[in-house]
Amino acid sequence: MGWQGKYMKRNTAYLGMFLALALICSYVESLIPFYFGIPGVKLGLTNIVVVLLLYTSGAKEALAISVLRIFLAGFLFGNPFSILYSLSGGILSFLIMYALKRTGKLKVVTVSTAGGITHNIGQLIMAAFVVENANIMYYLPVLLIAGFVTGFLIGILSQEMIFRIGDRIGR
Amino acid sequence: MKKRFGKTDILVLAIVFAVLSGIWIFTSFIIKEEGADVVITIDGEFYKQVSLREDQEIKISGDETAANILKIQDGKADMVEADCPDKLCVHQKSISKNGETIVCLPNKVVVEVKSGEDAEYDSVAR
Ligand SMILES: [Zn+2]
Repeated sequence: MGWQGKYMKRNTAYLGMFLALALICSYVESLIPFYFGIPGVKLGLTNIVVVLLLYTSGAKEALAISVLRIFLAGFLFGNPFSILYSLSGGILSFLIMYALKRTGKLKVVTVSTAGGITHNIGQLIMAAFVVENANIMYYLPVLLIAGFVTGFLIGILSQEMIFRIGDRIGR
Repeated sequence: MKKRFGKTDILVLAIVFAVLSGIWIFTSFIIKEEGADVVITIDGEFYKQVSLREDQEIKISGDETAANILKIQDGKADMVEADCPDKLCVHQKSISKNGETIVCLPNKVVVEVKSGEDAEYDSVAR
């Protein structure tokens, strides 16, 4: 097996580990009795895995694991609605974090905070479509603050992990 | 020593936090008025409008298979029973202020508090 093969194998193992970690986060999230007024809207703890992958492996890996996680977690501990919400929240926050990271002007904490906020915006927009009632935007202010706090904490945690073991994970 | 926060980060985070808190404080002052009625919709369609002043129990049922029971007591509406699988609507707190909602996604039921005037306008519009 050449260098390329070894790299692939190692990388696949790491991605699998990240997927498992993301699923654990989803499970923990499903147990937290933190309720935002709209069933299925989540705190966004799994963003930690997306942030870590974005900074250690790359954008493609981060997006792939995120989408895979959403479907698996939806089947395991959620319902079709939670898949829809997580998808719109997950993809929106991924795009924003990716774009902000590429500017090169912001640190992990800020990128992650933006991800936390947009994750909740994405979920809420989808929820408004699902129940066909724009009035649930009533919950937006609380969700924005919650997204800020979770995103910020996840950012600090991710930053520490990247500083300490970043060179040993991913590539 | 690697830097954890840059100047830009602190500035951006502070501004965003200030704006979000502003929105939160602003909306909680505006919206938190006691409502008069609850409007119930199923799948986005108007179903029923009831006053919060009368204590009563309402069976919300779009078809024979799905049903929720909404209880109105002391000016508050609370989902007391539901046949949905997740029961998240039942766990939700009771609502009484303008704009507050209880949502049951599996049954596509939305219960929303309105001030009397908005609600009448809305039921005509639908
Ligand atoms: Zn329900």
